[in-house]
Amino acid sequence: MKFEEEYEEPSWLVMNLRTAFGRAYPRVIGVNREPSWVFFDTFFPILAIAAYIYVYTALMAPPQYLGYVVIGGAMTAYWMNVLWGMAAQLYWEKEMGNLELFMMAPTSRMAILGGMAIGGMFTSTVRAVTTILAGVFLFGITLKLEDPLMFIGIFVFTMLALYGMGMMFASLYMLWGREAWHMSNLLTEPIYLLSGFYFPVKGFQSLLGDPGYWLAVGASIIPVTLGLDGMRQCFFGPADGFLPLWIELLCLIILSVVFLILAKYSLSYMENLAKREGRLTLKWQ
Amino acid sequence: MTKYAVETQDLCREFKTRPAKGERKKTIVHALENANIQIEEGELFGLLGPNGAGKTTLIKILCTLLLPSSGTAKVMGHDVNTESGQIRQKINMVSGGETSGYGLLTVRENLWMFSQFYGMPSKLAKRRIDNMLEVMELSDKKDAKVRILSTGQRQKANMIRGFMTDPDLIFLDEPTLGLDVNASRLVRDFIKNWMKANPSRTVLLTTHYMVEADELCDRIAIIDNGKVLACDTPNNLKKMISKESTLKLQIKQVRDVKVFESIPGIRNFAYQHDASAGTTDLKFILEDEATVADIVAEVPKCGSRIISVEKTEPTLEDVFVALVGRGLHDINGSEGK
Repeated sequence: MKFEEEYEEPSWLVMNLRTAFGRAYPRVIGVNREPSWVFFDTFFPILAIAAYIYVYTALMAPPQYLGYVVIGGAMTAYWMNVLWGMAAQLYWEKEMGNLELFMMAPTSRMAILGGMAIGGMFTSTVRAVTTILAGVFLFGITLKLEDPLMFIGIFVFTMLALYGMGMMFASLYMLWGREAWHMSNLLTEPIYLLSGFYFPVKGFQSLLGDPGYWLAVGASIIPVTLGLDGMRQCFFGPADGFLPLWIELLCLIILSVVFLILAKYSLSYMENLAKREGRLTLKWQ
Repeated sequence: MTKYAVETQDLCREFKTRPAKGERKKTIVHALENANIQIEEGELFGLLGPNGAGKTTLIKILCTLLLPSSGTAKVMGHDVNTESGQIRQKINMVSGGETSGYGLLTVRENLWMFSQFYGMPSKLAKRRIDNMLEVMELSDKKDAKVRILSTGQRQKANMIRGFMTDPDLIFLDEPTLGLDVNASRLVRDFIKNWMKANPSRTVLLTTHYMVEADELCDRIAIIDNGKVLACDTPNNLKKMISKESTLKLQIKQVRDVKVFESIPGIRNFAYQHDASAGTTDLKFILEDEATVADIVAEVPKCGSRIISVEKTEPTLEDVFVALVGRGLHDINGSEGK
């Protein structure tokens, strides 16, 4: 058979946009095909935040603390998605037999991972919104946005930095396969603590003094730390904020650029190393 | 000047394996050793060899998925080490037993998704997919989820995935592996027709099915233990080995076959009577092919008539045995057709 119509080689931008859209499609469409995940991804996270809310209520903590927990619970969805969905995705693709086809396509690996990120963000957003709705309607949290533009800026750059970091981690999975799971394990619970998922990171300073401040500074390398703090300040004011909002936004912009650039180079480096060591095509690692 | 779709020079690939228990040193496996292959544009080139011969390693290098340990490889004029981006725009690959795609998506959605990685406009991609689904007799499954497809249907979908981007060079790594007779024939016919309609396109096919290689390929390289042992057209490869002709004759049953023994030019002669069918099977090993006429002329003289005549030629299997020292099916088990 001969194709009657030919197509011109698309521009770099068009090629990568089509790739990202194509790769996001299975994740987004999968949500409709197997709706059972909605129950597991919405009901169980509510149980997790409920425990903290009851503890804070029992301790008669200020009401904004309940809000901090809800925002933290919502952001947990993205962090988990970055660690286990985004980073580990190339490992699963290898096991499924897709990785070779992704790698020999003439498109950018960042576009493929970008598509995965968009798809992952879609499902994580459903979980995050459910958590926030549960906070409002089940636990009576009041959310009032003082500066919507700043909130959007903080959220967007938190996502860019976070998923940029996920893309960087993906390169490790590409090379080491399942061995990289240790990294995801290591970054799950400890980061819940360090990034202050259920309390403001300023609490480190109150508790430990100067070392606590520097601990929070160190934790800020994980974009979700400043993202969480910034979003909490947008909803509940700067009283428990770690750094001024504009500094947090600036830091997130810098982290976004740094992680996306690092992701590009580490993907390229790891791909080359994997091709040299023959690991790109090796299953069951 | 000849334009090569693939050109390799002293191509080597080694793999280091982890040391076995109690051993210190890593073992080095030579998957490819000084492979020199030139494939002209427009050729349907076959790589024939048993499992572990190095066929897939070669394809992975040419597909830019693996780097060579030494030597050079060029695909469509571009170096696999330094110009993988340019190569990827011109190639595609289909492997036998491939399980690519997502089970949740339909056949059409999966194919569309892969088309997007090549930057194909959606409408064009969908039109091509629909056309190819028709050609591959898979139209009725276009809205079926990939996870429910049979092996044959899945492989047909894989073929569409590989060909829909209209690559200048396509790598087919055992494309009929595990397929039934009908599905294999459909895949082979598709490849033949595609080459006929697109004479400038190139196919590199790996297989360990002799019949497939013989039927499809313009030229074949026989590869074993990472080494290219021979490379030529199927006919020239067969001519490489000298083999006495064999003539099989089935005639109406006769009592006395001694008359054939005296014909000059026969090296060996065997017969078997089949009383129930009323026939006699004669097998002659001939030193000289001209003897065929003498044998046929003797049949009426002994009061019989010819039911069937078969003169066997050397096969690729014979070539393989001569070059490798063992049969392909001895190595691959019972995977032959």
